[in-house]
Amino acid sequence: MKVRAQFAFVFNLDKCIGCHTCSVTCKNVWTNRKGVEYAWFNNVESKPGVGYPKQWENQDIWHGGWELKNGKLELKSGSRTSKLLNIFANPDMPEIDDYYEPFTYNYAHLQNAPLSEATPTARPISQITGKSMEKITWGPNWEDDLAGEYHKRSKDKNMDNIQKEMYGQFENTFHMYLPRICNHCLNASCVAACPSGSIYKREEDGIVLVDQDKCRGWRMCVSSCPYKKVFYNWESGKAEKCIGCYPRVESGMPTVCSESCVGRIRYNGIMLYDADRIEEFASMEDTQDLYEAQRSIFLDPNDPEVIKAARLEGINEDWLEAARNSPIWKMVMDWKIAFPMHPEFRTLPMVWYVPPLSPVQSQIDQGNLPVGPDGAIPVAGAMRLPVQYLANLLTAGKTEPVESALNKLIAMRSYQRSIHVEGQVDTRAIDAAGITEEQAKEMYRYLAIANYEDRFVIPTGHTEETLDDSFGFQGQNGFNFGNDSSHGVSKITLFPRRRKDTVEPKTLAPASDNNS
Amino acid sequence: MNLHNFLYGVYPYIALSVFLLGSLQRFDREQYTWKSDSSQLLSKANMRLGSNLFHVGILAIFGGHAVGLLTPHGVFTGLGVSDMAHQMVAIWAGSIFGAMCLLGGLILWVRRMFNARVSAASRGSDKFILTWLLITLMLGLSTIPVSIGHANHGNPNVMIALAEWVQSIVYLHPNPALLNEVDTIFKIHLFFGMTVFLVFPFTRMVHVWSAPFGYINRPYQIVRSKRKL
Repeated sequence: MKVRAQFAFVFNLDKCIGCHTCSVTCKNVWTNRKGVEYAWFNNVESKPGVGYPKQWENQDIWHGGWELKNGKLELKSGSRTSKLLNIFANPDMPEIDDYYEPFTYNYAHLQNAPLSEATPTARPISQITGKSMEKITWGPNWEDDLAGEYHKRSKDKNMDNIQKEMYGQFENTFHMYLPRICNHCLNASCVAACPSGSIYKREEDGIVLVDQDKCRGWRMCVSSCPYKKVFYNWESGKAEKCIGCYPRVESGMPTVCSESCVGRIRYNGIMLYDADRIEEFASMEDTQDLYEAQRSIFLDPNDPEVIKAARLEGINEDWLEAARNSPIWKMVMDWKIAFPMHPEFRTLPMVWYVPPLSPVQSQIDQGNLPVGPDGAIPVAGAMRLPVQYLANLLTAGKTEPVESALNKLIAMRSYQRSIHVEGQVDTRAIDAAGITEEQAKEMYRYLAIANYEDRFVIPTGHTEETLDDSFGFQGQNGFNFGNDSSHGVSKITLFPRRRKDTVEPKTLAPASDNNS
Repeated sequence: MNLHNFLYGVYPYIALSVFLLGSLQRFDREQYTWKSDSSQLLSKANMRLGSNLFHVGILAIFGGHAVGLLTPHGVFTGLGVSDMAHQMVAIWAGSIFGAMCLLGGLILWVRRMFNARVSAASRGSDKFILTWLLITLMLGLSTIPVSIGHANHGNPNVMIALAEWVQSIVYLHPNPALLNEVDTIFKIHLFFGMTVFLVFPFTRMVHVWSAPFGYINRPYQIVRSKRKL
């Protein structure tokens, strides 16, 4: 047993309102730079839809993730040798149009335009070429709230074994939001695919990072990540990805997407797992067993054996304490209401999702749909969202675990309704769903109230242990000399200089007295 | 010192010194700029054909030059490779891989110059080095008819003179006089070729140093520890 700690997430989709605050805060903090305008470390998709980049889930196109070849785990994109043979032109590489051509607007024109009958408009400009774009035809969230034609959106890979035509009809339409970040996988395929070995997992918290100095731009990570969450910075020529906000996490703060989440749907916490068994659990024969397999890789932080082994690995007491109070553990292990996204990619992702309920309230009010024993809360099978769709997303198509989770969420509501509306405790629903009153109360506290300190249980990083000279380190960060932040003073430079200029016209508005 | 002696007695050392020390300096000081600088994200069309032809061609040509020019004459004769056989191999291999490289290079050049996105994202050095490599390649290809002319007369002297000149440079006994009898087209090609080494550290060419052969024997997962183990 080799115990490692992993900084993990749960996103409660039931409460995601699709406001994109996570995406925007992330963008403003990490990717508001030249070369990554198109890159969203965090994005929120409207499902069903083809997503960002288009069709990212369809590994018949991208060959991301892992597969079993003769019982052995192998990258779906091919062996190490085939990676090197394809290094001159990666056949699985997405193109910028698979994401979208990044654009801005000619805002300066609004200030500079001469007096005219019509209001001046700010036309779109490509952030790559700096030229005017005739028309914007795709964007980071083009399918927002079911925008666009159904036949295009329904190319969604999760609709494969679902009767699509039925759900194309207006009254059967369903919809959910899917916020996505890097999954900081236990069996990361981007790490495995990197020819220069620049992508790595941090031992102390499992955050997956790209060493910007060692990255040579071979771009195998971009295609091998089945979630398409490694991006190629076309300006710097390096791969970039979600960094799990590690400078924040090391200080005990949640990631910026989690902190800013308006719906309070995001949970950050520590999970202990057995690093010796990664390959074994990622190699399950049947993809539908991968969800359960990944659950069994986690180690119980209350088990004395685990605690002993963890101490031997140098995991600190406050980290073990955090693992015991982990909201992730409760949802993944105790309540079994959270699931990994697309476990069939075999990367053992560490962002887990609570599936959304989607009641059809007016239909229930009219008595058209089956309800539970309380007569008010519908049953899982009567939701708008087909359970099969959620299962395709979360459990490689196995519906039972998802249905059970939905039933628990419903039962928790029913139980709370009986207390707060009827004033009479009714445990019929929770009994049927297999949860205790205690659990129902705790689920209510974590899912409905979602206090800050319940959502985020993050031990601080032990920098004092990791630095050779922590006193010498003081005063060195944030104020650097040398070539770190300077362009230098001469116009001529030997080596390529980082370009930071934007494409927006920089002409200033004329001074007002020139207008007369 | 006349221009000939400078170009073929001194310039090779300037080019090689800058090539080695410049590469080292950039690797040491500017790792963040050390990369292949792929533009595949911006335009994928024809990349598979163009880039593969270009890279396979140019690597084969480089290897051919290295083996053909740096191997001492005695080794070839000792191995039973006659001068004429050597010359014919050079002509054939040069033609085949040169043609591959030219075709691929032209595809890439058109893309680099005229694809709006690729062109806009290119640095001046990207356009310069690709153009320079193509000119060097075309000069090299235009030596082939001259070589065929020599071969038809059973005359390997130019080839041997070129190899000996390269070896005189490597052995630190530069002897520009060896090139006196060599056709001008070879000399122009030499100048362009040496200049590739001169500008190498200042362009995207540095990614050649980082060919990731180590990947073959690497375990898939990499974990970095900050702790002292």
